[in-house]
Amino acid sequence: MHRHRKVGHLRRKLVHGRRCRDRETRVTVVGNVDLARLQFAVTSIYHFIFVPLTIGMAFLVAILQTKWHRSGNEDYRRLTRFFGHLLLINIAVGVVTGLIQEFQFGMNWSAYSRFVGDVFGAPLAMEGLAAFFLESTFLGLWLFGWGRLPKKVHLACIWLVALGASLSAMFIMAANSWMQNPVGYATNADTGRPELNDIGAVFSNPVFLWSYAHVLLAAAVTASVMMLGISAWQIRKRGDGQIFQRSAKVSLAVLFPSIILAMGVGSELGVQEATYQPMKIAAAEAQWETCQPCSFSAFQIGGGNNDQNPQKIIQIPYLLSFLATNSLDGQVIGLNELQAQYEQEYGPGYYIPNVFVQYWSMRLMAYTATLVMLMGLWGLWLWRRGKLLESKWFLRIAPIAIVAPYIMNIAGWLLTENGRQPWVVQGLMLTEDGVSTSVSSTEIIISLVVFITVFIIVGTVWAVLMSRAARSELPEEVPEDQEEAEEPIPTLTY
Amino acid sequence: MDLPVIWFAIIAVLWTGFFVLEGFDFGVGVLHQFVGRNDTERRVAINTIGPFWDGNEVWLVVGGAGMFAAFPGWYATMFSSLYLALVVILVALIVRGTAFEFRSKGKTQRWRSSWSWGLVISSAFIPLLLGLGLGDLLAGLPIGSDEEYAGTFWDLFTPYGLLTGILFLSLCLLHGSTFLALKTTDHIRLRSHRLARIFGGLSLVLGLGWVVATYLVTTSLSALATGFLALVVLGVVAAAMMTARERDGWAFAASAVAIGSVSAAIFSSLYPNLMVSSLDPSYSLTIVDTASGDYALGIMTVVAVIMFPLVLLYQGWNYYVFRRRVSAPPTEAGATAVGADN
Repeated sequence: MHRHRKVGHLRRKLVHGRRCRDRETRVTVVGNVDLARLQFAVTSIYHFIFVPLTIGMAFLVAILQTKWHRSGNEDYRRLTRFFGHLLLINIAVGVVTGLIQEFQFGMNWSAYSRFVGDVFGAPLAMEGLAAFFLESTFLGLWLFGWGRLPKKVHLACIWLVALGASLSAMFIMAANSWMQNPVGYATNADTGRPELNDIGAVFSNPVFLWSYAHVLLAAAVTASVMMLGISAWQIRKRGDGQIFQRSAKVSLAVLFPSIILAMGVGSELGVQEATYQPMKIAAAEAQWETCQPCSFSAFQIGGGNNDQNPQKIIQIPYLLSFLATNSLDGQVIGLNELQAQYEQEYGPGYYIPNVFVQYWSMRLMAYTATLVMLMGLWGLWLWRRGKLLESKWFLRIAPIAIVAPYIMNIAGWLLTENGRQPWVVQGLMLTEDGVSTSVSSTEIIISLVVFITVFIIVGTVWAVLMSRAARSELPEEVPEDQEEAEEPIPTLTY
Repeated sequence: MDLPVIWFAIIAVLWTGFFVLEGFDFGVGVLHQFVGRNDTERRVAINTIGPFWDGNEVWLVVGGAGMFAAFPGWYATMFSSLYLALVVILVALIVRGTAFEFRSKGKTQRWRSSWSWGLVISSAFIPLLLGLGLGDLLAGLPIGSDEEYAGTFWDLFTPYGLLTGILFLSLCLLHGSTFLALKTTDHIRLRSHRLARIFGGLSLVLGLGWVVATYLVTTSLSALATGFLALVVLGVVAAAMMTARERDGWAFAASAVAIGSVSAAIFSSLYPNLMVSSLDPSYSLTIVDTASGDYALGIMTVVAVIMFPLVLLYQGWNYYVFRRRVSAPPTEAGATAVGADN
């Protein structure tokens, strides 16, 4: 039994190494690749629903608590607890869905893990040591430390939670950027595997610098739109304008610069990607033929990998050249020419990502961001005119807008990850070569079904608890003497 | 000592630290339903681990990430061979991690008891299955010459792996009871003492059996491994004795030694292998074969040397801040009514 399996297994591996000549094996492996990709997409997109809110909200709550600390104004303490409540519910789900990420490289992508662990593993291990410990330990201290820790120390705890969350994103983005633009390694002649030889290069990878800034700004946008929306709802429904206009102003002050910067940084990230991953950007415009200067289309009818002549509507001249190269008459190499280049460099194969997904995810992200930016501008204008509490329309639209950053974030990740295909590490390893060969498709299907079921349950509870918390009344005022009690009265937090 | 060996030791320390720390909060997770007779008492039990469990869990995450970075082949083979077991572990970690937060956010009896049972079951399954996985590393799994797993799901259930899993569960329950005895008052403390005696006895029987089994599955035991095996038994005995004398602090320290020594004994018996192959000893994964390059290991060592003492410092401070015994607030004592605090 064992021997039989082993032989079959060796064969599979050999054939796999030679790009799966045997048709039957190819079907299984390709099936596994698609299933494993689907699982990765589902679990990481789901995880990223919670991540940006955690990062952004940790900072916003820290700002509210700092304002309380500085001004002594009780309103800010109550707002800190109110939004802290939302932060905690969100962190709980964010942390546990992140565990899947840590495990599934080895589970579904063992060939990938074996191949890149020397480089890719290092930032993950550093993330644990430098970020996760910090975030989770100080979260416990902050949550249970109300009334027990000295106020300044307690304030420092929430800032350390925010720092830990953003450091964690830093390490992950460094690892991810290495997949987009591998740097700082040398290939080991014996094993053929990349080995880290310059950690500085990994952390100064231009793709990393720009994408990390982009992610942090997106997190600030996500959380500030959430805070603005909830504040607006509270003002309109509860008439709690005096207190919630404070959080509305804090969120507007964060939102507008963040969205402007996010768009600017995102545009520069596009230029970087056009340099290192030209396929990604050419596919985002469905640009099949090389152009100079190149125009940008507002939308298209038709298109996709089998339709090279979609009908492009509202063409904006020079815009694509500018987005891809920072100059108005820059050249963008078309997909067909890139495909020919790649075939010459890497051998026969199909190197063009799914053009439909690229084209539309880019637009979905950019158009939604524009709407969010306009809303931020509107809010600032109302604030300046002192009409923040009076504009019925603004207060009505802001809560609905909470969904916008989520669309923006998911579309952004589709753009960046789909655009890397068919590579798992650009130029080094194809996605189909990274999958675990010892895991059967049945096993992947089981895990996929199990994870999706758990996600639906946990997501529903999350949504119910978040909306309940968002619509709840502010926590009551606490008399000063209880806050300062030397021997704290026992309380149960959970 | 060279870098791969240092990293093997770091990973062993991380896993051992994980079992010592998260071990008691797994135990409390299972036992809270039984040491607490009403909602307030259950909340008291949960709140004893409230500020700690999340930070404790990171030890597992870092242990896994450390394996990925330092021994990619180990991580790849181990995680893909334990596939379905890890799916169950992940689901249990998700249920557990959300149960703490979610349970307190609803007020109905049914809501709370559902999340309590979720906490009980998930807290039991994680040490059971992680123990199975660690035991399998030593007992041997069908690993081929290509370093890939060549068995089925059922091949994971080696007798030694199962025994290791059950021992870990039993020790988590003992460790959880000694922790609860240390951190609570009155009825809960008394009940925890009783539980500690029961799980002390159970762990002693299982521990002795496991020590013999470890001796049988390994070809030659190092002095270090033998020492840890002895500490497993001594720790359990000491925990039971100290519990009988109501020396809660010492009992907790002893159960920490017991559970930590199981993990330490597994890793020291494993050395210099990482995963034993049951097909052919020459297919076993070893430290030398799977280690990352010296540059990557060197960088990570620097990071670990800087960050690890800091982590110990602030996690230690966390335990110091919340060192008091947890009791029900005066307004709630004896009452079943609950007020949702943050």
